Amino acid sequence: MNGPIPVGRPDYLRDGSTLRSWLFTTDHKRIAILFAIAITFFFFVGGAAITIVRMELVTPAGDLVSDDTYNKLFTIHGIIMVWFFLIPSIPATLGNFLLPLMIGAEDLAFPRINLLSWYLYMAGASFTLAMLVLGGVDTGWTFYTPYSTMFSNGAVLVAAGGVLISGFSSILTGVNFIATTHTLRTPGMTWFRLPLFVWAMYATSLVMVLATPVLAMTLVLVMAERWLGLPFFDPSRGGDPLLFQHLFWFYSHPAVYIMILPAMGVVSEIITCFARRRLFGYSFMVYALVAIAVIGFFVWGHHMFVSGQSAYANLVFSFLSFMVAVPSAIKVFNWTATLYRGSITFEAPMLYAFGFLGLFTIGGLTGLFLATVPIDIHVTDTYFVVAHFHYIMVGGAVSAYLGGLHYWWPKITGKRYPEAWARFAAILMFFGFNLTFFPQFVMGYLGMPRRYHVYPPEFQVYHVLSSGGAAVLGAAYLLPLAYLLVSLFTNERAGPNPWHAKGLEWQTTSPPPRLNFDRQPIVPNVPYDYHPKGGPVEREETANGDAA
Amino acid sequence: MSDAYLHPPWKDLNRQHQAVTFGMWVFLASEVLLFGGLFAGYTIYRDLYSRGFLAAGHQTSIVFGTINTAILMTSSLTMAVAGRAARAALLRTARLMLMATFFLGVLFLILKGFEYREDIQKGLFPGHGFPLTAAGAQIFFSFYWVMTGIHALHVTGGLAAVLRLIIASARNREWLAGSTSEEATALYWHLVDVIWIILYPLLYLAGRVNG
Amino acid sequence: MTGLRLTLPEASINAHLVDIAFLVICGIGGAILLLLLGLLLTFIVRYRRGTSARRGPLPEIWSREIEIGWTTATIFVAIFIFWWFVGASQPPPHNLPGQLEIHVVAKQWMWKTQHPGGAREIDSLHIPVGTPIRLVMTSQDVIHSFYVPAFRLKQDVLPTISTALEFTPTETGSFHLFCAEFCGAQHSRMTGTIVVMSESAYARWLRRQPHGDSLVREGENLYAKFGCGACHAPDSQVHAPKLAGLAGHPVLLSTGAQANADDAYLRRAILEPRADIVAGFSPIMPSYGAVADTSDVEALIAYIKSLPVEGKPR
Repeated sequence: MNGPIPVGRPDYLRDGSTLRSWLFTTDHKRIAILFAIAITFFFFVGGAAITIVRMELVTPAGDLVSDDTYNKLFTIHGIIMVWFFLIPSIPATLGNFLLPLMIGAEDLAFPRINLLSWYLYMAGASFTLAMLVLGGVDTGWTFYTPYSTMFSNGAVLVAAGGVLISGFSSILTGVNFIATTHTLRTPGMTWFRLPLFVWAMYATSLVMVLATPVLAMTLVLVMAERWLGLPFFDPSRGGDPLLFQHLFWFYSHPAVYIMILPAMGVVSEIITCFARRRLFGYSFMVYALVAIAVIGFFVWGHHMFVSGQSAYANLVFSFLSFMVAVPSAIKVFNWTATLYRGSITFEAPMLYAFGFLGLFTIGGLTGLFLATVPIDIHVTDTYFVVAHFHYIMVGGAVSAYLGGLHYWWPKITGKRYPEAWARFAAILMFFGFNLTFFPQFVMGYLGMPRRYHVYPPEFQVYHVLSSGGAAVLGAAYLLPLAYLLVSLFTNERAGPNPWHAKGLEWQTTSPPPRLNFDRQPIVPNVPYDYHPKGGPVEREETANGDAA
Repeated sequence: MSDAYLHPPWKDLNRQHQAVTFGMWVFLASEVLLFGGLFAGYTIYRDLYSRGFLAAGHQTSIVFGTINTAILMTSSLTMAVAGRAARAALLRTARLMLMATFFLGVLFLILKGFEYREDIQKGLFPGHGFPLTAAGAQIFFSFYWVMTGIHALHVTGGLAAVLRLIIASARNREWLAGSTSEEATALYWHLVDVIWIILYPLLYLAGRVNG
Repeated sequence: MTGLRLTLPEASINAHLVDIAFLVICGIGGAILLLLLGLLLTFIVRYRRGTSARRGPLPEIWSREIEIGWTTATIFVAIFIFWWFVGASQPPPHNLPGQLEIHVVAKQWMWKTQHPGGAREIDSLHIPVGTPIRLVMTSQDVIHSFYVPAFRLKQDVLPTISTALEFTPTETGSFHLFCAEFCGAQHSRMTGTIVVMSESAYARWLRRQPHGDSLVREGENLYAKFGCGACHAPDSQVHAPKLAGLAGHPVLLSTGAQANADDAYLRRAILEPRADIVAGFSPIMPSYGAVADTSDVEALIAYIKSLPVEGKPR
């Protein structure tokens, strides 16, 4: 704490209470809240869609919904979860809230553009809601041509338009984060004193800024073909449907890193705090983040091993996919080593972080199968792939998002959440998740194709297990929604630093004032300056590259 | 004086200026990749259908294209002069140059509109009744319409930004000298120009290699 | 509900290789996972708050060596797996003696297959065990994917472009055929059965089939039906390129460029005749895209390829 709180100074939540003061705010913290409300809504819409899908799959026959409805449901689930929940999840909420706080700034570099990001997201979201009203879309979230351009009867234009617009929201957020990190660091906050979360946001922003425009252009071409009849991908007029896949995956593989890099940042903050230990190998963690972001741009072809691309392309993309596994593995090793000689406690955020470690590791290791061309030929477009990317995106990214939400909940709202309920939800989620998705690895290897409305009866056992797990998982997701909302109306004040954490964000009040700090903070030493109880006080490390 | 141009969270105008310029460069990187996707597609199809692209490229209007290239490059010049003049406190010159930029930009769009009309009269929109039969000719014109269309949208966006500078400087004569918006707008305008300089050979010159 | 099934038959040479690769990576991955979980649990128990374990700082040099150590180890493991599977997976055999070429046309939502002798099937495919099979596949509409889990093989089937899948079945029995690329409303009903039979059973089965025309015969009929010979026959009055001996040979185009008359070239010549004009001819041929569907075009191509080079017997 930097001295006493000035008398009568409101925190950001009380700094204006009209609807106008929220909808036209340029405060990054309020914009983060606006994003959080919107993505929570979409999380449950996407969740509802997949709940019906999982209910349908309990029996091998298509007896609950029609095939067309089924196809629309999984498409809606994919589009909403990818573009309207996962991609904005950590960056637009926690990132928006924390990035300026963590580097000691009053706001992001361009506050009005930050607000514009939210309005663009909402415009895209309105298109998506319109798509739902117009009867949905059945192309799968991948919009593969020529199905999407010439055969689908769904509202492809509206759906693609929504994704296109929300893409500009993430580009602007990325530009804002990059400029902020470069220009608004408080005195003493050198590059190699940045918390890993800030580095993760920085790496994510690079991917957002450089990959999203390619998706935008690809969707423009799809829309031009469907709407105006311009033959970009139409094979009957000389177009190449594989070109679409190349352009699409050039964005959509890096998009996976837009989802997982922020999660890695969150987990780095949580593990250090609850292990009371400095991050093991800080600089290696930074290099690994940047390496993942860079190599991630060159592996898209591994989505196309069976598409008919050349065998040499398959080999190159396979090799690069193995290489991108290396920095991911290094991060897992470093988190584990951070626990060594720590003083570990098991609050809910830490449980989520442990869950992340286990599930992300399984997700990453199953990636090795998919990088191996002959195995990928067998399991691509089966439930094996479905399980793999859910381990990364749900087991990894969503666990980290919820862990981060609990960890910073006292900072964001000023209130404590009920610890016992939170631990219970975290554990329930871990078991529900594994029950849902582990059977999918098995049935995928046995040949169960994805996006199947009816399926051969020998797979039913696995589908029943998976649907049962999904019910547990659904309940586990509803729990935090309930107790976090209730906690808002209790009087359990959190205090500025309930976890005794070391980041700059904990040096201001909870909730922070409009301009974040009552006095500009100065950073005297390296991040994660934790000293485990009982151990000797660690001396200031200078070898960690303060020079930058 | 400088405080008037300072937006939160900035406390120092120089730093704000750096951030705005830097942010614009990052955004331009994004724009380059937006067009990069189109250029990649164009290159692949040109390799597949070199004959069709040659035949189709011959049909674009070289007159309109060349005049528009000259107009856009001149507008970049006036934009650059406007920036220099603003920094040298020659505010009248700066405003005049901005207006010239705006005028040239509008002229570009008008000529582009006439060119589109001519193209449509010649039936050069892919679909039924397309006059060229060579394989890939329709694909060439698909790229033509999307590339020039998106470029025109960018010109329109740039014009809106230039117009904002003109209006703000009309309200307050000193504004141009202190604001950080001028350089960002200029950067964006130059990018739009550079993209056109790539489009011009791809769409107008490539089909005329052998006369 | 049928009982739990944990294994999938290995019905091709490739299936065995894939399973071995799968097990090897399972071993490596499992070892890494166990190591990590072991360390994680050990640290959690040993260093939970309140234990008396030592908690001093680590020497900086030590942590650096560890970092370099496990970075190198991970790179080594990654390169090892890559090197191993590249070495282990043999390139698919090309044009083996006795290879059976079967044409597959995919459309929303069925599989049409045609044997060299002309026998046709829908949503099923009978093949003899131990015989090298080559499937030549095209789609009539959207992208589909030919997936036989028992063979561990999958290949996307693209509109107008043909793709091939080569394998040798090693086990008799009935196996699932799935469409693995989402292709519309009834995607999940675009399934079929692959029946692998002994050679004698296959021969018997083939004899029982109604004697449809072979693909070449069918192409010949279509050639007559569409009146191709009016221009392309050797004694025609119209100045049109001759088709005999054309397939697989280089063709000089009017642009001066040279094209190879492969399947793609022949297909384009039928569907978009004005795309590539052969040197010395005028662009007078209309497109047959409206009258010939995908399987017609395949048949025509097969017929053109069967035409003897002048002076040489077929």
